[in-house]
Amino acid sequence: MGSFLLRRTLQLLLVLWGGATLLFIIFNALPTNPAERFASGNGNRNPDPQVVENLEKKFGIDKPVPEQYVDYMTGLLHGDFGNSYVNSEPVSDIIKEKLPPSLRLAFWAIVVESAVGISAGALSARKRNSVGDWVTTLTAVILSAIPVFVLAYLIKQVTGVYAYQHDWPSWASFPTIGYGPDEYFLGIIPINGTWKYMVQPVFVLASVGTAILARITRTSMLETMRLDHVRTARAKGLTEKRVMKRHVRRNAMIPVVTVIGIDFGTLVGAAILTETVFNLPGLGSTIVAGAKAFDAPVVMGLTIVVTLVYGLASMAVDISYAYFDPRVKLGDD
Amino acid sequence: MADDTTPQEPNTTGGPAAPDPDLAPADVPVREVPIAEVPVASEGPLPDTMADPTLLVDEAILDAEAEGDHAPHIGEIRHGATGEPLGAPILEVSDLTVDFRTDDGEVHAVRGVDFSVSAGEVLAVVGESGSGKSVTAMSLLKLLPPSARVGGTVRWQGEDLLAASKERMQQVRGAEIAMIFQDPLTALNPVYRVGDQIVEMILVHEKMSKKQARARAIEMLDLVGIPQANKRVDQYTHEFSGGMRQRAMIAMALSCNPKLIIADEPTTALDVTVQAQVLEVLADLAHRLSVAVVLITHDLGVVAGMADHIAVMYAGRVVETGTVDDTFDSTSHPYTAGLLASLPRLHGDIDQPLVPIGGQPPSMLNPPAGCSFHPRCLFAKEEAGCMSVMPELEVKPGGQFAACHRSEELLAAGNLVRRVEVES
Amino acid sequence: MTDLIPTLPPAPDVDASLADVGPSRSLAGDAWKRFRRNKLAMFGLVLVVFLALVSLIGPLLVQDPLHQGPIPKEPPTNQHWFGTDRLGRDMLSRIVYGIRLSLFIGIVVTLIETIIGILVGAVAGWRRGWVDSLLMRIVDILLGIPYLVLALAMVTVIGRGVTAVVLTLAATAWLQTARNVRAGFLQARETEYVEAAKAVGVSSRRIMFRHILPNVFQPVVVLAAVGVGTAILAEAALSFLGVGVKAPAPSLGLMISESESSFASAPHLLIFPGVAIALTVLGFLLVGDGLRDALDVKDA
Repeated sequence: MGSFLLRRTLQLLLVLWGGATLLFIIFNALPTNPAERFASGNGNRNPDPQVVENLEKKFGIDKPVPEQYVDYMTGLLHGDFGNSYVNSEPVSDIIKEKLPPSLRLAFWAIVVESAVGISAGALSARKRNSVGDWVTTLTAVILSAIPVFVLAYLIKQVTGVYAYQHDWPSWASFPTIGYGPDEYFLGIIPINGTWKYMVQPVFVLASVGTAILARITRTSMLETMRLDHVRTARAKGLTEKRVMKRHVRRNAMIPVVTVIGIDFGTLVGAAILTETVFNLPGLGSTIVAGAKAFDAPVVMGLTIVVTLVYGLASMAVDISYAYFDPRVKLGDD
Repeated sequence: MADDTTPQEPNTTGGPAAPDPDLAPADVPVREVPIAEVPVASEGPLPDTMADPTLLVDEAILDAEAEGDHAPHIGEIRHGATGEPLGAPILEVSDLTVDFRTDDGEVHAVRGVDFSVSAGEVLAVVGESGSGKSVTAMSLLKLLPPSARVGGTVRWQGEDLLAASKERMQQVRGAEIAMIFQDPLTALNPVYRVGDQIVEMILVHEKMSKKQARARAIEMLDLVGIPQANKRVDQYTHEFSGGMRQRAMIAMALSCNPKLIIADEPTTALDVTVQAQVLEVLADLAHRLSVAVVLITHDLGVVAGMADHIAVMYAGRVVETGTVDDTFDSTSHPYTAGLLASLPRLHGDIDQPLVPIGGQPPSMLNPPAGCSFHPRCLFAKEEAGCMSVMPELEVKPGGQFAACHRSEELLAAGNLVRRVEVES
Repeated sequence: MTDLIPTLPPAPDVDASLADVGPSRSLAGDAWKRFRRNKLAMFGLVLVVFLALVSLIGPLLVQDPLHQGPIPKEPPTNQHWFGTDRLGRDMLSRIVYGIRLSLFIGIVVTLIETIIGILVGAVAGWRRGWVDSLLMRIVDILLGIPYLVLALAMVTVIGRGVTAVVLTLAATAWLQTARNVRAGFLQARETEYVEAAKAVGVSSRRIMFRHILPNVFQPVVVLAAVGVGTAILAEAALSFLGVGVKAPAPSLGLMISESESSFASAPHLLIFPGVAIALTVLGFLLVGDGLRDALDVKDA
């Protein structure tokens, strides 16, 4: 277990360092430098060369590139991501401000999609009706074809704007902008009516994942139920309940956990779009704003942070894997 | 074993000690299994098995011991018994039928199986793939998938298991009748420790603490010959070798003191070198603990070494039952004769061709009319009813029960007798 | 030795039954048959073909998507089957051109990334050694960055517009293909028929092309089909966010972002482009799934 953790941590560090380096190369490899791109809106307008020069001096872009690289990397080690071109605000501050809301959103989305998806899948497997299979498969496929932002828009418009305009009952209508009172218990659980603001974005984020998880849970359980060791368990005289609980469910969860891990990546992308649609403060909407403004430090910094979070989440999934399947723990990586 | 340099004398304990000096080499009596219509008498003098009972030695022992192997042999525990009654039956299967509903129609996997097992006895159920032997085994404990429909009666100590409730079955499984499966790697759950799986079973059937159950589990693992049982008990199945896994399964099966073990092809998935060891363990423990065994297998060598009684299955029915010794020596059914004949000989002439039973097993969707074996049987005769009337199990002159219209006739003509070549 | 076994009647003619095997079938023919049987996959194929036709022939039949007419945000009428957008442009023609643009971007991106992916994966999988390690490390690093985020980072550098989008999406999509191709190579290397070919003296390159490539064919094709769908979604997302295709180009994603303010009065401005994207992506996803099932050699 220890060596496993060590290996994965090293891997994560490599990804972070490599990612930062690659990004740095991408950002600085072109003939134009980031300051120019920012000032000119990437060629959309002709900036005053003096302005550009000032920018370059201010953000250290006039130095040779290798030196900039070293500066940047040492800065990273200290948690210094540079400053935004737009308002000179330290990127690390921006991160501190925008990371928690995004994490909260992702957390709840995962909780909802796992709880609903896995239960639905397990139920469908137990009932073993092929109608359930058809429905979940079809829903999953269709949902994955609809762009997240379209779904978000629809939800927002229908249960938000339209509902308010036409006075729908309060259980069916939701606010559409921001997080409202934005208060949380223990930093995670929304209180004081904040939850109402979270319903729509969480629903949107969780929707695709729920369908996929339901489908994979069902398939996995049905397959596991046919395995030899389940028959042995019955032959031992165990009650059906116990057979399901100890010999089917745990084994069936293995591929499900894998899918949850894979879904993380999709979740990040979906979160970016959802935050934009619902005007929620978060890493996603901030990156978009930064990209639009060609604000290189913001984009770079936030990208690195997102990569870190994503990497940690993947690692958590891998570790939980070891809990479900002991064959993994013993170093057969 | 003393210096063994004379190649001519087979060092057998039970076989013929030396060739009869009165016979020229060319006339060496042959002990083989002819299944032709030609009467045996024209082949030369027969070994007189009535005069020399030692000629009734099991083939497997002959083969093994020809190499000079004098280790105590599984068969020696049982060998010698010639049909002594072993007590009242504890398991009686009557007219067992199993049908599967499939997309292609109804498959009649088991079509009327009868056999019985007495306390402490080893019954081997033998047949080709598709004969229905595994399905039979699983139906005894009602472990078949929901698409199966089972008929007939399975009387366990007087009680019909097929009519028993779910709760009763849960009591029976493991505590009264235990089962061992073919592939121990997949039969055990890979995500739990081996010891935990045994403990789980013990705790279901016996009232004891976890500690006590664990101690029992270690004791059982030790009993089956797994070294360092107290360490192994905490390992996972993939850390065990194939043979050890199967031993662990045996340990688990015996852990609640069942009176009967059903072993479904327990050695098929194992290396040949390990097969004998595992069977040794099973036979030894069964004997010591007076546990009856129903051994499902397709390997006649295994049967010879271990079983008291044999039930031969073909196309979902039992076609012959009897003691192993009697049946091997003088079978009453052409199919069994064919099986025995198809065994390759270690002693034979190297040019001797192998003698398979021609043809394929029948489709269980549409079994042939009359005797299911008749399309492949060399002795099938229209007049005897082979093509039209399903033969029932009836007692035959040799003492076995066989389902064949022509048994008496063929036995009298000597077509079904097995003869073994004597090393010269 | 005496003839120990008297002449037996010959065994029943088992071999005769083997003669009736039927005409030999190629792998492609087999796959196509299986694909045809899959109703969902065929539906997807129909969708894709239909949309392809729309994008090829459509522009010849519809009005100018850039022409700003007199009546904005009009619901569907006889003159404008899909209504008009906020600048009075005909929605039907915008959708047709939008589908065309989506397909174009999707296909071009997939073509580029597949080629790059195959090259990189093949080199890594064949050569092994430090080349493999280096290439795969780069792939791993880039894959550690979530897709859309990486795309956003790239547009910050490359900018907007169709070319920029194509480059960005291609640059992020080749990673998965490379991994799959490499895996296929690694697997095929170990097979006996490659060993046999090597033993006989066939040259490396020939082995690569004739023996291994067909093996990696399946995952690559499946990934490509699904990849078109993914690329289309990604472009729509980028355009929606405002960092993709530039206005006034008829990008479906752009249309959707423009429709926000007027949903209550003109829902068709969201619905039509939304459905168009969904159908296009759905078609490719279904085809990809169908290909995966049809090409699964294990089922043969």
